[in-house]
Amino acid sequence: MNNVQNKKRANKSRSPFFFTDSFKVLSLIIIISSILLIVTFTFDIVPPILNRGIQPATFPKALLVLIIFLTLIVYFLSLKIPWKKEKKLPKQFFITLYNFILFIIIAKTLDFFLAISVLSFLVSYFWGERRIIYLLLVSILFPIIVFIFFETILGLRFPPGIITNIYYN
Amino acid sequence: MENLYLMMAPLFSSKLLIVLFFGTLFGLILGVLPGLGPTTGGALILPFTMTLDPLSAIVLLTSIYCAGTYGGAITAVLINTPGTPAAAATCLDGYPLAQKGEAGRALGMATVSSTIGGIFSVVVLVFFAPLLAQLAYEFGQPEYFALAIFGLTMLASIGDGSPIKNLIAGAFGILISTIGKDFMTSIDRFTFGINELSEGIGFIPVVVGLFAISEMLTQSTLLDQVFKRITLKAVKLPSIDDYKKTWKTILRSSGIGSFIGVLPAEGGTVASLIGYSEAKRWSEKPEEFGKGSIEGIAGAEAANNAATGGAMVPTLALGIPGSATTAVILTGLIIHGVRPGPDLFREQPEFLYGIFGSMLIANIMFFVFGFFGAKIFARITLVPNKLLWPMIFAVSVCGIYSLNQSLIDVWIMLLFGVIGFFMRRYGFSVVPVIIGLILGELVEGTLRQSLVIFEGNWLMFLTRPIAITFFALSIIALIFPLFKKKTKI
Repeated sequence: MNNVQNKKRANKSRSPFFFTDSFKVLSLIIIISSILLIVTFTFDIVPPILNRGIQPATFPKALLVLIIFLTLIVYFLSLKIPWKKEKKLPKQFFITLYNFILFIIIAKTLDFFLAISVLSFLVSYFWGERRIIYLLLVSILFPIIVFIFFETILGLRFPPGIITNIYYN
Repeated sequence: MENLYLMMAPLFSSKLLIVLFFGTLFGLILGVLPGLGPTTGGALILPFTMTLDPLSAIVLLTSIYCAGTYGGAITAVLINTPGTPAAAATCLDGYPLAQKGEAGRALGMATVSSTIGGIFSVVVLVFFAPLLAQLAYEFGQPEYFALAIFGLTMLASIGDGSPIKNLIAGAFGILISTIGKDFMTSIDRFTFGINELSEGIGFIPVVVGLFAISEMLTQSTLLDQVFKRITLKAVKLPSIDDYKKTWKTILRSSGIGSFIGVLPAEGGTVASLIGYSEAKRWSEKPEEFGKGSIEGIAGAEAANNAATGGAMVPTLALGIPGSATTAVILTGLIIHGVRPGPDLFREQPEFLYGIFGSMLIANIMFFVFGFFGAKIFARITLVPNKLLWPMIFAVSVCGIYSLNQSLIDVWIMLLFGVIGFFMRRYGFSVVPVIIGLILGELVEGTLRQSLVIFEGNWLMFLTRPIAITFFALSIIALIFPLFKKKTKI
């Protein structure tokens, strides 16, 4: 009796299907796959004389249909056995993600080397490092070693930027 | 005899010995650090291999593979966290034995059984790879297509993840391989007007993104994790009594590991789990398993290292990766212009036997390093993640940029890092994506060429006995996971 009541309670407390991770993740896969499937219809069609076996769009189309089909199977199976609820992502994860975006912006607009230094400093800091000597080691000394290694040993030329230009001039 | 001489060639080349030394050392460090491991490490080192000749590059990658697979055992025993997924089964008995104050004995057994397993698998590699390559001479396009399909369907049963999610990830990997100009008709596919995408997406940015960057994001969610470390005094060689208890287990697990390794897409993780459970099944004292059984450590460690040589068999003979790390090694072969397959055995035996010999030496080297240096390697785990991962990021970014001096590759790496993180979070393994990406061109190319040969008649595949065999094996590979007790989703 108690078990039945517990089950009923559990069912009541279960979130609506559109709030579940499985629904959100699998819907996203299906939506992206469907968009890409539509895109395959815009691929050029090869005249029969040049067509080697199948049209260039056929293979990706088949793959996307397969992905959608398999995703639907996973979804129906998830109704039977729900996915385990994932823990909320911590603040540090989002900070790391934002740092990636900041890295892209700085590397694109200011300097590639500066972008590495800034990301290394911020990630290390927000992951809990407070000792200034270690922060400088990670954000200045180590990137300089990497820079010199790639520059001199591998002969790599880094993209132009405010710091690399000073070095190259 | 000539082949034996070719195998011993690395011993007489100071350059290869140096490469082997650093590869083994680097592999051990990578194996010890949880979250890194030989696959991620191999991916990180790939851009640097461009400065080496093909043999040195592959020797570097294979030595990282052998040593990294063993290195995972050190952290498994001392901090109950497998350095590599393949060492997960080692934790079950390694850590309890270390808790009893016998960490040196546990690591000694892990070192010896890993070395025996690794050497056993190199012998398997030397004998079976040429035989498989000989068989591959009979293969035409339809057979290669069927073989690639078999390799992909094997993805369904890798690890203990969901078979269907693995297949979705594999199909996603193949889909990525279709980006760019169609290699047969030069028609743009999924380029969205971006010129840089016309050449397609390179393997290395995807591999580094999916393994290294996604791991960095994963580590950002585990910052509050505390490891309980066990201090190691010294690694002890197993006693005569331990050898008596475990020699059968080591040999059995070496055989199991080599066999599992040969199967496309399977690898050390599956091998060690099967090696461990078989050791338990055949043991006279199964009740000791999970409480510090020396046989448990031997069973898991011999099997995961035996899978290294086994996994190289299909990689070199057929161009089908036997595991995630061999997928990285295959990428290394491709970027160095070496096409694995039967022709490689005929035209470049010195190259192949050089790899075999190097793997043999790497196994002996990691034995020496592990035996005398495990205490030092264990200290590497003391490097905090808040310092380690920003440094790995700097190396990854510069390494990827150095490939084509293109920032697009760096963006692709970051994008796949985020994709990889969310894939792993929701139970999609990233390994099938890599294998799908590598096999994608082979699958599509052989399919289309087969259809040209068959004049568009699909039923002609059924006239090829080898192709039918592979299709039948593919169906078995797809059905097999359904017989597992509970289908995971």
